Amino acid sequence: MEIAVVDYKGGNVQSVLFALERLGVQATLTSEPEVIRRADKVLFPGEGEAASAMRELRAQGLDELLPTLTQPFLGICLGMQLLGQHSEEGGGTDLLGILPFNVIRFPAAAEYKVPHMGWNTLQALRSPLFAGLQQQDYVYFVHSYYAPVGEYTIAEAAYPAPFSAAVQHKNFYAVQFHTEKSGPVGTRILENFLQL
Amino acid sequence: MLTKRIIPCLDVKDGRTVKGVRFEGLRDAGDPVALASRYAREGADELVFLDITATNQKRATLVALVRDVARELDIPFTVGGGIGTVSDVEALLLNGADKVSINSAALARPELIDELAARFGSQCIVVAADARFHEAGGWQIYTRAGTHNTGRDAVQWCREAAERGAGEILLTSMSNDGTKDGFALDITGAVSRAVSVPVVASGGAGSKQDFTHVFQQAHADAGLAASIFHFGEIGIRELKEHLRLDGIPVRL
Repeated sequence: MEIAVVDYKGGNVQSVLFALERLGVQATLTSEPEVIRRADKVLFPGEGEAASAMRELRAQGLDELLPTLTQPFLGICLGMQLLGQHSEEGGGTDLLGILPFNVIRFPAAAEYKVPHMGWNTLQALRSPLFAGLQQQDYVYFVHSYYAPVGEYTIAEAAYPAPFSAAVQHKNFYAVQFHTEKSGPVGTRILENFLQL
Repeated sequence: MLTKRIIPCLDVKDGRTVKGVRFEGLRDAGDPVALASRYAREGADELVFLDITATNQKRATLVALVRDVARELDIPFTVGGGIGTVSDVEALLLNGADKVSINSAALARPELIDELAARFGSQCIVVAADARFHEAGGWQIYTRAGTHNTGRDAVQWCREAAERGAGEILLTSMSNDGTKDGFALDITGAVSRAVSVPVVASGGAGSKQDFTHVFQQAHADAGLAASIFHFGEIGIRELKEHLRLDGIPVRL
């Protein structure tokens, strides 16, 4: 199985490569359109800031390529947010437009620090991506912006209001939390993705 | 529901953990990867590695350590200790660190926080602040491993750090550190109210009840400790079970 991890200087990709390595899977870190296109699975991790990430994707022509992919695709953290239409981050940023959501910032509130950082529970799980998980399993989040709940939502978390912890449209799956840093629960999700 | 985090801190020197660790069943207690994996299995929510190496090889050994830890560990970890430049931070993040904490370098040149946040995102930039209480003058910020009093007010500095783009504040009370008399609830509460980013409380943990107090009374988002975990005085699981009984959300 050929697994491509999209390289667009999007932050902590090494953790995703190590997580795959722990599963005994060899992955290729690449920004080569042809390698990505012919991979059996594509992972799209990301951390950092949406506007600079989009600039980098455009510079490499990946903004054109990614929406045309047909194999199972997994966005992680910023890699999920970038699949939406528009983000409030960076003074307003147009995204890849694969899913219909807009990305908005958590409102500042005394009891709810931003970034939303730490282990939170998953709820309303509804996807084979979460096979073997239980409602209220914990995963690790670090983010200041979020996608609201919509018809594309396949898992929710709450901070304090529900938001999309995971989304899906056709072959495009994506999670807001860090699967690669979420202990055995995260590992199971990665395994499930590899079996899609 | 977002849970309160429990964070063991490991001091490392030349790639090895230091400060005695008394763990049974650990073949090599000085191996940071073995110790980190053990804490992860016991339910630690994150780990902090504080590098106290003072040699020219510091950067290379720290990068190697980060790689080894990231290869094994499936929970997040922060690296700190003498980190001062954008290229230091980049090397650590590229090799698998989730967050990097900066301390003296940020006080020497606060714009460093802005630069790091813009480059790597706030979520991975932790500002570590060491504070000591003075009868006259209140809580003041120290640097250079606690040897130098900057004269800066702790709350004011933490607020500035968060406004400049720190994604988290790691607040250590030097007045409480090592006492096992509990966390500094007053300054932790004051900083937690003053900033809109998460606050990790450090220094003084001696009992399970101390963690209850720092979460309930000082509104810390995470509690960090070293020796009570290293010496097995308090197990992470039993601590979390205690916190849950006290009504504090924890991951069990």
